[in-house]
Amino acid sequence: MIAPDTEEGFAAAIRTAVAAREPLAIEGLGSKAGFLRPVQVADTLSTRGFSGIPLHAPKELVVTVRAGTRLDALETRLAEAGQHLIAEPPHYTFLEAGAQTVGGIVAANLSGPRRIAWGAMRDHLLGMRAVTGRGEIIRSGGRVLKNVTGLDLCKLFAGSYGTLGVMTEMTLKVLPAPEATGTILLRGLQPDQAVEALATALGSPWSVSGAAHLPQEAAMAMGYEQPVTLARVEDFADSVTYRLGRLCELLRRFGIAEKLGTEASRTLWRAVRDGEALPVQPNDAIWRVSVRPSYGPTILRRAHDAGMFGYFDWGGGLVFLTGPATVEAHEAVVAATRRTKGTWWLMRAPEALRHHADAVPSEPEALATIRRRVVAAFDPAGILNPGRLFAA
Amino acid sequence: MIDLPKPKQDVLDRRDVVHAGLCAILPEGGVITDPVRLKPYETDGLSSYRQMPLAVVLPETTEQVAAVLRFCHQNGVRVVPRGAGTSLSGGALPLADAVVVGMMRMNRILEINYADRYALVQAGVTNLGITKAVETDGFFYAPDPSSQLACMIGGNIGMNSGGAHCLKYGVTANNVLGVTLVTIDGDIVQLGGTHLDNGGYDWLGLVIGSEGQLGIATEIVVRILRAPEGTRAMLAAFRANEIAGACVDAIIGSGIIPVALEFMDRPAIHACEAFAHAGYPLDAEAMLIVEVEGSIAEQDALLGRIREICGQFDPLSLKVSQSAAESAAIWKGRKGAFGAIGRISPDYLCMDGVIPTSTLPDVLGRIGAMSEQYGLKVANIFHAGDGNLHPLIMFDANDPASLHKAEAFGADILKLCVEVGGCLTGEHGVGVEKRDLMGVQFTETELDQQRRIKTAFDPDWLLNTAKVFPLSASIPRAA
Repeated sequence: MIAPDTEEGFAAAIRTAVAAREPLAIEGLGSKAGFLRPVQVADTLSTRGFSGIPLHAPKELVVTVRAGTRLDALETRLAEAGQHLIAEPPHYTFLEAGAQTVGGIVAANLSGPRRIAWGAMRDHLLGMRAVTGRGEIIRSGGRVLKNVTGLDLCKLFAGSYGTLGVMTEMTLKVLPAPEATGTILLRGLQPDQAVEALATALGSPWSVSGAAHLPQEAAMAMGYEQPVTLARVEDFADSVTYRLGRLCELLRRFGIAEKLGTEASRTLWRAVRDGEALPVQPNDAIWRVSVRPSYGPTILRRAHDAGMFGYFDWGGGLVFLTGPATVEAHEAVVAATRRTKGTWWLMRAPEALRHHADAVPSEPEALATIRRRVVAAFDPAGILNPGRLFAA
Repeated sequence: MIDLPKPKQDVLDRRDVVHAGLCAILPEGGVITDPVRLKPYETDGLSSYRQMPLAVVLPETTEQVAAVLRFCHQNGVRVVPRGAGTSLSGGALPLADAVVVGMMRMNRILEINYADRYALVQAGVTNLGITKAVETDGFFYAPDPSSQLACMIGGNIGMNSGGAHCLKYGVTANNVLGVTLVTIDGDIVQLGGTHLDNGGYDWLGLVIGSEGQLGIATEIVVRILRAPEGTRAMLAAFRANEIAGACVDAIIGSGIIPVALEFMDRPAIHACEAFAHAGYPLDAEAMLIVEVEGSIAEQDALLGRIREICGQFDPLSLKVSQSAAESAAIWKGRKGAFGAIGRISPDYLCMDGVIPTSTLPDVLGRIGAMSEQYGLKVANIFHAGDGNLHPLIMFDANDPASLHKAEAFGADILKLCVEVGGCLTGEHGVGVEKRDLMGVQFTETELDQQRRIKTAFDPDWLLNTAKVFPLSASIPRAA
């Protein structure tokens, strides 16, 4: 493993690999090594030796972080200043290593429940430095909140899983952490009713910042006896109290709404964020599906028919599924999602399945042609995480 | 002055063939070649520059756009996409050998879905038109550029437009779920959709703000949001720019993120007050407009806290709006700022740099010094929450020397923005205006990488040629 402690170290390692025509696995702490497609490589280039927070300007709402910085370390640092990461990135319980890096969470563009209201990691990536597959150091964006200068490579890199370049440093927008959190909890709803209740809450003027539903199996994993539907509000304490009251009235037709306070809410939403509610078995596969919110129940139902369990967040728009790591199960997820024109990721599976299956939906040929050209523009020798996202 | 690439003689020579080919694709009245009718398309919001195009086409469907691009690609004809033509950076400036693809006939709202909180609209729908279509049901489309009455969502996609409320709600890229993109090959590709995250590469994020370099957006899925219960604004006037800047820091530092936080300097206050009679404080050096949202009680609580914070900075005056009408008057001055400057100066350039907010007092001081050195007046309007600075440089377009001075002054301001850690443009785009300053912000290596992406989408460099990238680099590629 190569773990440089300077940006030039990354550039040198990549140039060496290009010269030798030896592909590299790109990773932070390796926590997501089991996600998406496996790569065949000669060596691993890790960001773990390149950490630190060169800039935190709380009043300008920005923080600049080196890629190998641990996510929990950044969150602690921000919390000390009363701030947080807006997209609420998950610390999935099913990661291969306990800790993950900031570079990894951005390169995978993973966001938590707050994404429904406040945007994804990619929306808050203001700037980056990266080393491309040419061994060249490039920057995109900057350290200011608004920037439309040139093509937005930040968004292209967020979610690219290290296949275009190695992000060495990123600047993120941060916000003040809310004073209080409150949750409305409804019991016993079926997924269709739950989506309707959550759409009602999200369509209200009361700034709902989390909207999830745990069907029977997922609810039981969290200690509830029947399905639970959750809507969250975060703000100053007086506002949270007021809005929970209004939401209770609004959602009355869906049953008796219970209110949870700050501590109980934070514990519960952490579980939703991290996949704790997923009734996952050791050798099972995990899929993450992004669809139009009202299609969430359809995905759950089709997956259930094929022997899978799951729950949804983002008002129905993000479905977590787990089930047997078989081609049949995978095809069932793919078929159900395709019908809704949504998208999916094979998040975790034994290598055998990941070798055979697509990790994300394939693109129409016109787009695939452009994609191959763009990837080649960054990594002409094909040495950065080759095949991680697409087989060809 | 800005150079444009030499027109392709072979295209000019085949003018009649090109016209005939376009007429075969588009319905009656969809192709404009008559010089009198072409005239309105010769310029955009950067009206110092004018260039008559070869032709204008006004497609009505995505398929027609695809057929036009396929035809242009096959015939080596350059293409300039155009929405309402409100670009302040010359993003829609034609070329003599180019076909302008005007999107204004694709102006229908195709679907509104409140349960899933999106609207599917054609590229020629105006920004405000989206909000107008959903506001009776209590919803709105968040990005609100000053030109929102006229500007089209397709142009907003091109420029990744912002507005006064993006501190809370983000810019176009944060509020769009899907785009139907027509490539220069005439292929129609769907990027994103009605869901939030996308598997694979974020083409949607790359295309938004790409200034027509990668394709033409014909249909767009935008997020619509439920409007808050209410909004209210307040004014705070201060004795110095530094003091107002420190007050902005204190507000953000308190944990409050106002929905808007606007700063105006003395010349801007005077110009806007003369125009809007909003009750702006004429004795102040700097003024803040702060807007909050929520129920009446929530507004009172937030404005109470903000009032208290402002009170610690020796304000000349604090005025909390007591009604929707008073809030509207406060915004009328700010939103009418460009018109207001237009009344006191025959012409002005609106700059669009971004700076780290902590550098504001220093930057305004240095802009003031430049103003004296160039002998041109400047008024500054600043989205204080997000660092987006709009200096309005006043000049006289009848005097070529005055325009040249204004452009040089503007370039110096933008270089200063980059020097203090900011960037050339926050929401107007690079266009032709800032094209040749790109080297101030980016290295050649970085520009090369961006140009390779352009080439991946548009190998012959036919789409919006001579914009965004320095001309010296785009001419050989577009030869």
